Amino acid sequence: MEDAPAAVVDSPAAVDDTAMADAADAQAATEDVKPADESSQPAKESNGTKAAEIKQEEKQEVKLEDLFDGIDSDDDLSLPEDGQEPQQPELADTPGASIELLRAYYQRFFPWRYMFQWLNHSPVPTNDFKHREFSLWLHNDAVMRYQSFPTSDLFRKDVLRLMPRRIEIGPVYTADPRDRKTFRNSAAFQPIAKELCFDIDLTDYDDIRTCCDKANICNKCWKFTTMAIKVLDTALREDFGFNHILWVYSGRRGVHAWVCDRKARTLADQHRKAITAYFEVIAGKQGGKRVNVRRPLHPHLSRSIEILKDHFQEDVLEIQDPWQSSEKAEYLLQQIPDLQLRDALRKKWDSSPGRASTSKWADIDALARTDASGGLDAHSLLDAKQDILLEYTYPRLDIAVSQRLNHLLKSPFVIHPGTGRVCVPIDRNNLDAFDPLDVPTLPRLVREIDEWAETEGASRAMAAVEVSDGAAVGGSSSQDVKPVPDWEKTSLKPYIEHFRSFVATLMRDERETAVKRERDEDGDVQIKTESLDF
Amino acid sequence: MNRIDIKRTKVLDHRKKQFADPSYKDTEYPHRLNFYSTPPTADITLEQFEQWAMDRLRILAELEACSFRNKTPAETAVHMKPLLEKYLPLDSTSSNSSELNIQRQRDHYSHFILRLAFASTEDLRRRFTRVETMLFRLRFQADDSRERAAFVRSLNLDWEPVSEEEKRELAPLLATTIGFGHGRRAQQVMDEEWCKVDWMRVPDLTEGRKVYIRAGKAYVPAREQQSMVLNAYTKRLEQALELTSRALPRLDEDDRLTPILDHLSKSFIAPDASYTGSGTAIDGAEITAGNMDNLSQHFPMCMSNLHRSLRRDAHLKHFGRLQYTLFLKGIGLNLEECLIFWRSSFRNITDDTFNKDYRYNVQHAYGQVGGDMNRRGGGYSPFSCQKILTERAPGSGEAHGCPYRHFSLDNLTALLRASGVTDRGVLQGVKEDTDSQKFHMACNRVFEHLHHTELKRAKDDGIMTAAQLDTIVHPNEYFKRSYQLKNMDGRSKQKQEGDIKMEG
Ligand SMILES: [Zn+2]
Repeated sequence: MEDAPAAVVDSPAAVDDTAMADAADAQAATEDVKPADESSQPAKESNGTKAAEIKQEEKQEVKLEDLFDGIDSDDDLSLPEDGQEPQQPELADTPGASIELLRAYYQRFFPWRYMFQWLNHSPVPTNDFKHREFSLWLHNDAVMRYQSFPTSDLFRKDVLRLMPRRIEIGPVYTADPRDRKTFRNSAAFQPIAKELCFDIDLTDYDDIRTCCDKANICNKCWKFTTMAIKVLDTALREDFGFNHILWVYSGRRGVHAWVCDRKARTLADQHRKAITAYFEVIAGKQGGKRVNVRRPLHPHLSRSIEILKDHFQEDVLEIQDPWQSSEKAEYLLQQIPDLQLRDALRKKWDSSPGRASTSKWADIDALARTDASGGLDAHSLLDAKQDILLEYTYPRLDIAVSQRLNHLLKSPFVIHPGTGRVCVPIDRNNLDAFDPLDVPTLPRLVREIDEWAETEGASRAMAAVEVSDGAAVGGSSSQDVKPVPDWEKTSLKPYIEHFRSFVATLMRDERETAVKRERDEDGDVQIKTESLDF
Repeated sequence: MNRIDIKRTKVLDHRKKQFADPSYKDTEYPHRLNFYSTPPTADITLEQFEQWAMDRLRILAELEACSFRNKTPAETAVHMKPLLEKYLPLDSTSSNSSELNIQRQRDHYSHFILRLAFASTEDLRRRFTRVETMLFRLRFQADDSRERAAFVRSLNLDWEPVSEEEKRELAPLLATTIGFGHGRRAQQVMDEEWCKVDWMRVPDLTEGRKVYIRAGKAYVPAREQQSMVLNAYTKRLEQALELTSRALPRLDEDDRLTPILDHLSKSFIAPDASYTGSGTAIDGAEITAGNMDNLSQHFPMCMSNLHRSLRRDAHLKHFGRLQYTLFLKGIGLNLEECLIFWRSSFRNITDDTFNKDYRYNVQHAYGQVGGDMNRRGGGYSPFSCQKILTERAPGSGEAHGCPYRHFSLDNLTALLRASGVTDRGVLQGVKEDTDSQKFHMACNRVFEHLHHTELKRAKDDGIMTAAQLDTIVHPNEYFKRSYQLKNMDGRSKQKQEGDIKMEG
């Protein structure tokens, strides 16, 4: 939330003619309203309030929630407080150089074709792509909303012209977003589809991670993300029957999910809210009991506990050691329902300061077994232990991202301006191998390209320069040497390959269901463009 | 699915049929409940059109008030019962009432008329859907269980029953969704009837993890099926209202309906009421200029604030005088007394000034002067809450308007305290009401607090029926009810108090 630009509040549903509406007129980037100065706006609230005040003056009946339409709550632009900036980039230091690097990235590495296919669900441009809103964050801090592109090439062209440091993806509308002002009736311009998205941000784990805080992450606390992905991915597939779930590293300290099944894309807000609430377990902010779930446990929760229990032992108790201090241990004690047991534990722990969390956790059962009075309620103790496990492992979601169809989210494969890392997709079948700190950065990609040129020889490199679309050109490959796209020469390769296969599966599925739909609509035969492409 | 045989259950009432319009025969009402999928076709009179719609609107407004007051479903049902019997009765088929068909026709028609009135804006559509769903739920729950089952079957909701085999296979998982207790859970699963539906059909059950969901299908136990029916109802109504809103422009051509629909939709923004009572409506009250200080204890805040301002400043500005004069007229103060009242209240001005600047306006309000229209209509009507809330907010130095809407919280609290409302819970409630723009609810809350003892007695002794105790939406109704409640023992006590006051 902290980098929410104060002025980007144009919601087509609620506010039609705000200052930001003009920003969409691409030619006039200089007139665009600027987001709040990031460094001078460290607190989430102050930013939000400011946005609210500005809008409230303009038009009174604007609802607060609408003000935040399309503002990605994602981390990623703001600088951490107190100047403790982790891994500070070569990029931001010298803006001129960074723009040149960025240009090289968009020209040579960004997977245009697969991005297009991903959003278009077909090789031929459809309204899924043509009516899709993109928002471009420029280097002068302007944000251009309601951009749209008829083809992949025009998308690429505009990005290269404007060189946005960030691209966000919004919903598909009933009409071309660029034409939205021509509709007097707001019903004619409505968002109709967008992937169901989830956002996990490690700052939401600050009260339970001991290794890092704020924008910092390491491989220890990244495990929380791994756990969250496992739980959500499993539930989205098994419970809701979704198949096309893309997990994307947000570039610094979090991860996004894009559920791309047609059924997910067309969910109404009401249903997005229902799914979000289905997943919600951790309640409230600090203090008090944060997990309150009904018993008997819902199957989703008992399954989640099965998924999480080993992580709890290893990644939380052993590695994070969350109750080492007596203050934190006291917090744990407060969750133990039996007062006698609580006192016995406190006495034991007071006598051995700094006792490891793993031992403390084991103490609970050990002392419970020796309960002399026999008055201990084993059920409620088990419930309490499950609640604790959930509190320390269960996914913490930024629900605003998931609840609304017209929320914008940062695109995969953009470069995080703070870390220089590419926002790469994560292979869920290889989750434990993913190392966020080893994700390719833009300078590294450029270096790798140079190294490749040295080792593979100049001739192949020359051929590859021709190919700038991020993919091999299929039709003209009768030559001896098939040109190698630049991304294949770098550590970006496995990520783009993963994305490519994800998109291919999605398109195949989409085509099959399109054919099936036609068959089902008995008598009402329509020929769809997507089914003609074989 | 067993489709119910319409012929078998149709109600034959030959007496009614005789008088009915020919096309009337086309609409049959086999069930008490109605999903309103078929628009009415028969002609009705303009009077019926308006009356039926107003009656239904009254019910809907009251239901909305119940939800504003966080009444539980059970409390709401009790509160609504007499009102429903009065304004929108709907008997079960088994009652064999001779009124069945006309009741169902009124229900059917009034629903569709209000659709027209409330389709125009998204806000109205949302509110209408919400309260109509509340009404439907209330009736659904109260319905005879066999008739309800027949109705549900007639909807053809396409629910896939869960086979015994699948039930057995999933028993441990399904058991977690039907409640607590250990032990005989598997048996409970087998005893229950389950159906499978797309989870999107039951968003509220999904949201609360109240059902087991697998591969996009929610497993719903029979006891939760109400939620699905309600969802289906809401969804269909939402869609229908969308369609209606698009068809609305064509209706504009019918200039007989437009003003009625317009008035109806306004009434939903803030419940409207016209006050027809006159002085004679309140037995034994001494409505005179000299008794106003005493009577002002029964005034709602909007009027008691005007009274206080008048006493403090010996003056009121134009719109304050208008609002107050009409209120006084409404409680039964005649023109002569009213003129005395104003004259004596404006104690810092001369007779001359009064006659020149003020007398005419008072007379005009009473319909004694002015154009024919004004005279024939008896002057203006007393302002309703809706009018006070929505028209002409007070500027500086003006005392009219509604304190719940137009005062700062500090000033409102001071006024309430001065009027004897010191209970923190009540003040907090008022704050919440006004924060959420439910101004008339705040006023009713204060009324209920100030008349707590009397209300309880009136209800217990059956002196006032629930229908007489519904939400107040007119200042004059506030006065009348307050006066009656405080004088249940007859007028002697009131007389005494009045006398004492006048002496002092
Ligand atoms: Zn860490």
